[in-house]
Amino acid sequence: MSILRRFANSDLGYSFLHSRVVVAAAIVVAVVVVAAVGADALAPHNPFDLASLELFDALTPPAWEAGGQWIYPLGTDDQGRDVLSAIMYGTRVSLMVGFASVALSMAIGIPLGMISGYFGGMLDSVIMRFAEIQLTFPAILIALLIDGIVRTALPRDIHSDIAVFVLIAAIGFSNWVQYARTVRGMTLVERSKEYVQAAQVTGVHPLLIMLRHILPNVASPVLVIATIGLALAIVTEATLSFLGVGVPPTQPSLGTLIRIGNDFLFSGEWWIATFPSVTLVALVISVNLLGDWLRDVLNPRLN
Amino acid sequence: MMQEAAAHKTASEAAPLLDVRDMTVQFFSRHGTLTALDNVSFAIRPGEVLGIVGESGAGKSLTGASIVGLLPDSGRVTAGEIRLGEQRIDNLDRTRMRRIRGREIGLIFQDPQTSLNPLLTVGKQLVQTITSHLDMSAAAARQRGIELLRDVGIPAPERRIDSYPHQFSGGMRQRVVIALALCADPRLVIADEPTTALDVSIQAQVLALLQDLVRKRGLAIMLITHDMGVIAEVADRIAVMYAGRIVEIGPVRQVIDSPSHPYTAGLMSAIPKLGDRARRLVQIDGNMPRLDAVPSGCAFNPRCPRVMDICRVERPQLRPARAGHAACHLYPALPQAET
Amino acid sequence: MLGMLLRRMVESLIVLFAVAFIAFSLFSFIGDPVNNMLGQEATEAERLDMRERLGLNDSVIVQFTRFIGRAVQGEFGVSYRQSRPVIDLIAESLPATLELSFFAMVLAVGLGIPIGIQTAINRDSLVSKALMTGSLIGISLPTFLAGILLIMIFSVKLGWLPSFGRGQVVQLGWWGTGLRTWSGIKALILPTITLAIFQMTLIVRLVRSEMLEVLQADFIKFARARGLRERLVQFGYALPNTLVPVITIVGLQLGSVIAFAIVTETVFQWPGMGLLFIQSVTFADVPVMAAYLILIALIFVVINLLVDMLYYVIDPRLRSMGGL
Repeated sequence: MSILRRFANSDLGYSFLHSRVVVAAAIVVAVVVVAAVGADALAPHNPFDLASLELFDALTPPAWEAGGQWIYPLGTDDQGRDVLSAIMYGTRVSLMVGFASVALSMAIGIPLGMISGYFGGMLDSVIMRFAEIQLTFPAILIALLIDGIVRTALPRDIHSDIAVFVLIAAIGFSNWVQYARTVRGMTLVERSKEYVQAAQVTGVHPLLIMLRHILPNVASPVLVIATIGLALAIVTEATLSFLGVGVPPTQPSLGTLIRIGNDFLFSGEWWIATFPSVTLVALVISVNLLGDWLRDVLNPRLN
Repeated sequence: MMQEAAAHKTASEAAPLLDVRDMTVQFFSRHGTLTALDNVSFAIRPGEVLGIVGESGAGKSLTGASIVGLLPDSGRVTAGEIRLGEQRIDNLDRTRMRRIRGREIGLIFQDPQTSLNPLLTVGKQLVQTITSHLDMSAAAARQRGIELLRDVGIPAPERRIDSYPHQFSGGMRQRVVIALALCADPRLVIADEPTTALDVSIQAQVLALLQDLVRKRGLAIMLITHDMGVIAEVADRIAVMYAGRIVEIGPVRQVIDSPSHPYTAGLMSAIPKLGDRARRLVQIDGNMPRLDAVPSGCAFNPRCPRVMDICRVERPQLRPARAGHAACHLYPALPQAET
Repeated sequence: MLGMLLRRMVESLIVLFAVAFIAFSLFSFIGDPVNNMLGQEATEAERLDMRERLGLNDSVIVQFTRFIGRAVQGEFGVSYRQSRPVIDLIAESLPATLELSFFAMVLAVGLGIPIGIQTAINRDSLVSKALMTGSLIGISLPTFLAGILLIMIFSVKLGWLPSFGRGQVVQLGWWGTGLRTWSGIKALILPTITLAIFQMTLIVRLVRSEMLEVLQADFIKFARARGLRERLVQFGYALPNTLVPVITIVGLQLGSVIAFAIVTETVFQWPGMGLLFIQSVTFADVPVMAAYLILIALIFVVINLLVDMLYYVIDPRLRSMGGL
């Protein structure tokens, strides 16, 4: 209670509670995350349990349409899978890939940025030069390339087993530069401050200085980048899966579901692609809204 | 106001050029209303240099910005009035205020490095400013620009006018800034820390230039600075600000030699000799209060060595004290304390 | 300036060299080209013969040198999937991608910069808020979904515009253009919009944030303090200073739009390089992947150099540094 009250009284809490849009975005994200994480318990069907699939029920429209049934609220696809359940499981895959790749980007970008800013010199120029070059290539191309290389290097059956990890690696590696650049900038600022210099003089280990003094200071800009990065990662995953180079069809993400549904759009079974698309867009817009809001609140420069 | 004018020797007869009376500036935010300037009153006469001093955050720059209507969006002049000559200027619309800026009142900012548009030649910026206020052809404006550059001491101005800002040194750039502020012959110049960003040797040159302009053009200058050395050098009178209020105002010699307000006294004691320009204000024990926590009564009372009970309850008004005015309960309670 | 440009060129060459090495590594170390070309059922004799013909028995350095030498001449081998020279495939698909990218970028810049200015100058107006909401949707809407949506509306429901392909293409020498026929122009519209949406959103946000920052600058305050008209302050002072950094990023974006075209081309079955690349990725068609990579790197490097040169023209600070 007191924590809640403290949050409501803080600047962060105030601007949160006073923006209906941001509250709505947070609710959308919360609902989607709960539905996805709790899919095993909450989903009406298990779309991966082949035994429970009824081909007889394939291509049932949503419940409110003629021919719809309430056991399939959002209808079924060509294999008789419940669209709602598929979305819940698919969102779980999308979120997992999103969070994992953001974590990977952070795990690469933050240490490199800190090292670059803290030690400077040759190391700094090499890292930053590399980052600059990578930045000129769009993330999606780099992700495609990594995926392509792994696909070429590994036999097909092994590849589909580790496809999700390849995807995470591809997206994670393609987005680390943002973190590194921001953290480097912050490190440069912090390093020149007196308390850090005092710690250096007294012989505190650089690693300890970075962890104890610099890391806490980069937390809020990194949080902003990570939030917007999560939205980007989810979109990238969906795009790669839509292109057919993402997660394997046995483990469909939102992008895969849209890819499957896309084939039925022209024949009138609109619901197969539409509902996953709406879920994806609602999720990404909400995450972006939260990211924008965080940036506005945590970066008072333009207020 | 009248008594103060009478106490002043050089410009006592002239009507004030700028007259600020009881100006209050407030900022409105979700945290509530913040009073940034509280009943600020002062006057500047033609040909006079009024120095405004105080710690950072005392409201010096804000005073300048309020006069020319360049407050941030959340701030407003909520009380008092500002007169320029016969004209009241605190209630003008945007367009009429814009015509005052540059035409009647020139402004000079602290950092010449960042005050100029890096992508336009100095000449282009001069011509744009001149033609904004004066009915002149571009060629005539350019000629005037060259004259202005010459007046502020730029060598070979007919050649330098086509240079970009980055091609000037820091001191030269501040001269260009001054030329730009003088484009349309304003009667008053508000100079906000005009020498703070410059090297000490160049500071003296720029100050000499300002004094020269006062003499030749009869310019009045409101000189905002926290550098007492600068004030001692060029100001005729001095106003000391503390927490958004003027605590003392008077002729520069008297205020520096025998300050009336304990805060001013604290400031001056930090300066061992007059003319020691490099020295800045040294802080008195404690800090100036934040604007959202100004103590009741006299804002200086928690730090004041001569604090009395009344200081904690009643806010002192500017009253005659020695040769000037001070806002302190020591006056007139102790009207002839010592000389 | 010349020294700077020279340094940039050396850097560019290093980048090209690195990309070429990655492309070459795809060939040599990853996957077995012989297997890829002959299939699993080939006899041992056929394999040995093929290895010899492809020069796979030479040392890595010899192979890499040969690879570079061929690449410079536009010789990238034969596509595993289509059994045709890669250079022919590229030549056929390059015009399609360049035409699409060019118009998408024109649209994105042409709309993005004015919208960015509007949302920065009139920050709190209703129009600006609507535009910012639009840009949030634009940045959140995955490109492939935007494409599908446009197809649903303009092809399926309204039937105004084609949903796939390039329409009728006219050959001008080796360059196959869709701009000379009505069907070609109609086919270009939806892919152009699709590709432009995301880029435009980026430009809007970039211009807006740069301009808001510039509007806080001292020289803007000083310009206002001199009584310059607000129009002049905004368009004569703030805008040019905003555009200097924007030009770099837009220039770099031009390169990435060609790569982004992969998604748009897939949605619209647009016969460009992106579609070629994605097909080569799914089929592990290494020669095509390698050629695409090198070509994209070349385009990026050239654009980077052009942007650098443009910078000197625009910014007097850099111009005089080299004493031009």
